[in-house]
Amino acid sequence: MTAPSSVDGAPGEEPGTRSKTATKIATALIEAAVAPVRSMLTYAGDRTLLLSSAVAGLFRKPFRLRLFLEQMDFVGVGSLPIICLVGLFSGAVSAQQAIAALRIFNQERFVGATVGISLAQELAPVFTALMITARAGSGMATELGSMRITEQIDALTTFAVDPIQYLVTPRIVATVLMMPVMTMVFNIVGLLGAYAYSIYFEHIDLGQFIQQFTYWTDPKDYMIGMTKAAVFGVTLSVAACYQGFHVRGGAKEVGLATTRAVVAGSVSVLVSDYFLIDIFHILWPYQS
Amino acid sequence: MSPQNANPPAVVDPSAGGGALAVRDERWQIRVRGLHKSFPPQHVLRGVDLDIERGRTNIIIGGSGQGKSVLMKHLMGLLKPDAGQIWVDGVDVVPFGDQEMGKLRRKYGMVFQYAALFDSMNVVENIAFPLLERYHLPKSEVMERVRDLLKRLDLENVGGIEQKFPPELSGGQRKRVGLARALIDRPEILLYDEPTTGLDPVATKNVDEMIRRTADEFGVTSVVISHDMASTFRIGDRISMLAGGKIIVSGTPEEVLQSQLPPLREFVEMSGLVAPGSGSGAQA
Repeated sequence: MTAPSSVDGAPGEEPGTRSKTATKIATALIEAAVAPVRSMLTYAGDRTLLLSSAVAGLFRKPFRLRLFLEQMDFVGVGSLPIICLVGLFSGAVSAQQAIAALRIFNQERFVGATVGISLAQELAPVFTALMITARAGSGMATELGSMRITEQIDALTTFAVDPIQYLVTPRIVATVLMMPVMTMVFNIVGLLGAYAYSIYFEHIDLGQFIQQFTYWTDPKDYMIGMTKAAVFGVTLSVAACYQGFHVRGGAKEVGLATTRAVVAGSVSVLVSDYFLIDIFHILWPYQS
Repeated sequence: MSPQNANPPAVVDPSAGGGALAVRDERWQIRVRGLHKSFPPQHVLRGVDLDIERGRTNIIIGGSGQGKSVLMKHLMGLLKPDAGQIWVDGVDVVPFGDQEMGKLRRKYGMVFQYAALFDSMNVVENIAFPLLERYHLPKSEVMERVRDLLKRLDLENVGGIEQKFPPELSGGQRKRVGLARALIDRPEILLYDEPTTGLDPVATKNVDEMIRRTADEFGVTSVVISHDMASTFRIGDRISMLAGGKIIVSGTPEEVLQSQLPPLREFVEMSGLVAPGSGSGAQA
């Protein structure tokens, strides 16, 4: 009697059972390995589709200027107090930290330059994006989610109004336009905070502060910061609109969608920040 | 079983289902044949055959989760079926693209379950919205039409209602403003999604009267989705029952009351319209 081969399986086992099991295991393993990639591609694909529909809506009639202005007011003017508050203290804290570090080398006079560059390239666009995500992004997700569950979005469709063009396009465009503006406001107020702290609390020489700031920072730093801010505007508004627009269920789901919008918006800002700064440093290397 | 091979449902009215579908029929304004829709894993509509009578109040009844709202959304073109045809005035609208569907929707007005008024707009802006979006009409003409509708729907004398926002309105007022918005562009077909849900008996009776009066006064074809049997028999000219994803019975209120189909008997008896176990039953 010959021993059963591994393909045939144990005595009494149906022929090929073992190979079928092995195939099932291999399929499950491949599925498990592919699933995260697939879900990531689905995630990116869904949002890209929403963005492309929103952009297409921008070039199609009718153009509803009032909706764009309302959203610019909500995203920009409405966020002004919180941006100023956060900007003022962020600038002051940056100056505090910079002075503490520079004091080791007896180079406190460079505080204006240090704070100026870090605000222009990093702090202002990122903090502004996080503030806009928390305030306007959550608002967008909640409003669109409520409109979805109360059938207001369906009602728009029954009047032959494209809900993406009517609701999403103005929100994305307004955020993209207002983000660089708010970033500049953050820069200005942040510098005032740094200036006030350095001059009045640390007694840094006023002339030195201004001279080092104007010598080391240039328009390129602000261009980088504002370009990043516009890109953050796309990522955070698409994340918020997607979550709100696709709510299913009731009030609990609207709440969850808002949470997801803030988390997704913040994470997308921070992740894209890394890649953007890499790209910018390849295009414009650091000065030696 | 493939959707195309689904068995046709039992239809009480022998005239329903007859005649060429691709011809404008004077009696039937909307005709649905073999409509299937799945939301995996659920197969919601399993071959719906339905006829909507022109100028009459057509009621679609059925229990919760039977697919009444899904059917309504198909009639409105908000959902695409997996299989089947929907003929509106002799034209199959299922293959319609967005642009054609947009034009078709001008024939329709829809009154949503909870009115679906836009929270960011006041009453006048809500009612005027379809006109402002579709046409470039002078403001005076839009306002004239809005005021005319407010008057005809008994909303004219409600203090300052024109400037009120949806959260400031009562349930009944919201329904009437929702109806005004649906009527402003003079639709041929008016769809109501469970119009009496969440209303007290008096408000329910008022909404019933409003639907009846609207059908008579404006000459529209009304399609009402409902599970309120008292309302159904009060206002319906034609009643169809959706159960198990199909229309199991369709006919005049008298014909429907005579039907012995178990799901319908149970529905009618549980609503208290007839005594349990009675043969034909008497209208309450």
